Amino acid sequence: MLELNGIHKIFNEGTPDEKIAIDHINLKVKQSDFITIIGSNGAGKSTLFNIIAGKLFPDVGDVLIENKKVTNLPEYKRARYMGRVFQDPMAGTAPTLSIEENLSIAYNRVKTRSFRLGVSSSRRTLFKEKLETLGLGLENRLEAKVGLLSGGERQALSLLMATFTKPKILLLDEHTAALDPSRAALITRLTKQIVEEEQLTTIMITHNMQQAVDLGNRILMMDKGKVIYEAAGEEKQKLTVPDLLNEFSKMKSDGAELSDRTLLG
Amino acid sequence: MFTSIFSSVEVGLMFAIMALGVYLSFRILDFPDLTVDGSFVTGAAVGAILIVNSTNPFLATALAFGAGFIAGTITGVLHTFGKINALLSGILMMIALYSINLRIMDAPNLSLLQHDHIFTKLNEAWGNTGIDAAMASFFTSIGLSDFIPKTWVIIIVMIIFVLLIKVLLDYFLKTEVGLALRAVGDNHLMITSFSGNINFYKVFGLGLSNGLVALSGALIAQYNGFADVNGGIGMIVIGLASVIIGEAIFGTKNIVRVTLAVIVGAIIYRVIVALALRVEFLETGDLKLITAVIVILALVMPQVIAKQKEAKRKKQRRARLAG
Ligand SMILES: Nc1ncnc2c1ncn2[C@@H]1O[C@H](COP(=O)(O)OP(=O)(O)O)[C@@H](O)[C@H]1O
Ligand SMILES: [Mg+2]
Repeated sequence: MLELNGIHKIFNEGTPDEKIAIDHINLKVKQSDFITIIGSNGAGKSTLFNIIAGKLFPDVGDVLIENKKVTNLPEYKRARYMGRVFQDPMAGTAPTLSIEENLSIAYNRVKTRSFRLGVSSSRRTLFKEKLETLGLGLENRLEAKVGLLSGGERQALSLLMATFTKPKILLLDEHTAALDPSRAALITRLTKQIVEEEQLTTIMITHNMQQAVDLGNRILMMDKGKVIYEAAGEEKQKLTVPDLLNEFSKMKSDGAELSDRTLLG
Repeated sequence: MFTSIFSSVEVGLMFAIMALGVYLSFRILDFPDLTVDGSFVTGAAVGAILIVNSTNPFLATALAFGAGFIAGTITGVLHTFGKINALLSGILMMIALYSINLRIMDAPNLSLLQHDHIFTKLNEAWGNTGIDAAMASFFTSIGLSDFIPKTWVIIIVMIIFVLLIKVLLDYFLKTEVGLALRAVGDNHLMITSFSGNINFYKVFGLGLSNGLVALSGALIAQYNGFADVNGGIGMIVIGLASVIIGEAIFGTKNIVRVTLAVIVGAIIYRVIVALALRVEFLETGDLKLITAVIVILALVMPQVIAKQKEAKRKKQRRARLAG
């Protein structure tokens, strides 16, 4: 489904701010995989997503979707393959447009835009149906401006908008991190429900280890632009948070050793 | 007095088309486009030169829209593909258009008095209907013989035309393309993630915006009977004034309401100017200063009012707690 071959990305190359954000990452994502990614701040997780989505282009390596090379395809064209939800609940919706207008924009992710009305009566019925699955009563507020919704409501809408057109790949970048615990739990539950129902191929970045353990069939741990730990299948199902913390501290000590050596060298 | 207000409404309706263009760029696209000062004159120049060369004035006016559209798309290309700052792209285009407008007209000023234009044609067609005479006798019969305007044709045709543009614009902003255009100004991260090419929408939106501005310029030139290469100075501020006045009075609840607000804002602006010019010590040359003051007031007043409301609320709250 999605393949990353030898992706390498450096920011500010040749300056004192030089930073290797992605260090030769290879990844094969199979149809209906649900991968969770964890890692410390600055590990390169968001950069990896940006490279998959076409917001950033790798210095070396290729991105393949359904065996087609899309490495140089611009972000807006690659959007046909993927749905995305961002950390900031404000980022996934247009605040001065109504709920139904936002859904209409999302509907057109996979269709060329025309001079027909964005919200027709048949589409309104579809939007209503889909909104009902969120269980937040948004189906009764179709004409309300999205800017008036709470963060949790906006994020639930963003999730729906990213998924109801059945994207080939769903990218979730810490999409519950900016919410209070109860809202975060709601979004996590909805994510699980939607991904299961639609059988979506999903990659989810999270800072919540419990979430990373509970969801998905594969887990990756990233540090300094590399994948340093990976588990799948049965191993993933048996994985607990203490196991992960253990892995985490192992890698941290490795890292300390590494930087000590670099300093001494 | 009445006749000067009457003609302010006529002119205001024509400027309303320009204001709708400015609304498209400033509000919908969130793009402070200064091309307007140039593209307004481009519309006047293209319309005038074609009319002078005996083109059908309706066709000439439509072509003026096209010329403005092209000018706007060039500003858009400078910004999106040239990666030039939005303000600077507009300023560069405005400066470039000054020379281009001179080339189009081949003179700094072009008179249309000897030629058939939209309003002479309309007057001809209207003359036979006898409506003006009927209105005049009506006004005289109710004792208002001082208030008889020369003709009703301009105001009636302009109201219909401006409302037609408004309805088309309202519709367009609800189409799939229109929604994407609005999202570009609202949240370009979002529209990109839903397959929207923001560069395309910016270029197209700026084209549409400046097309409307140029259309307004062509109408004003025919109304005034001449096109002047300096006729666009400060046009952007007038457009903004109309948008801000309209929004301040009618609010921004939905598109249908805002486009109406912008139109009424443009008319109110013209009426304010007409009234201000009747003040003894003000001269025609003070017009730009008056415009600037109106915009500043329209921007500052809502803040002052909000602050006063807040102060009053706090005072009441304190009084209630004390009592
Ligand atoms: N556009 C950019 N320019 C320069 N450095 C960047 C840019 N984006 C990210 N970085 C740097 O790359 C590293 C990885 O960032 P990021 O992928 O956002 O990490 P994560 O999402 O794992 O917290 C960080 O050190 C960050 O400062
Ligand atoms: Mg991140």
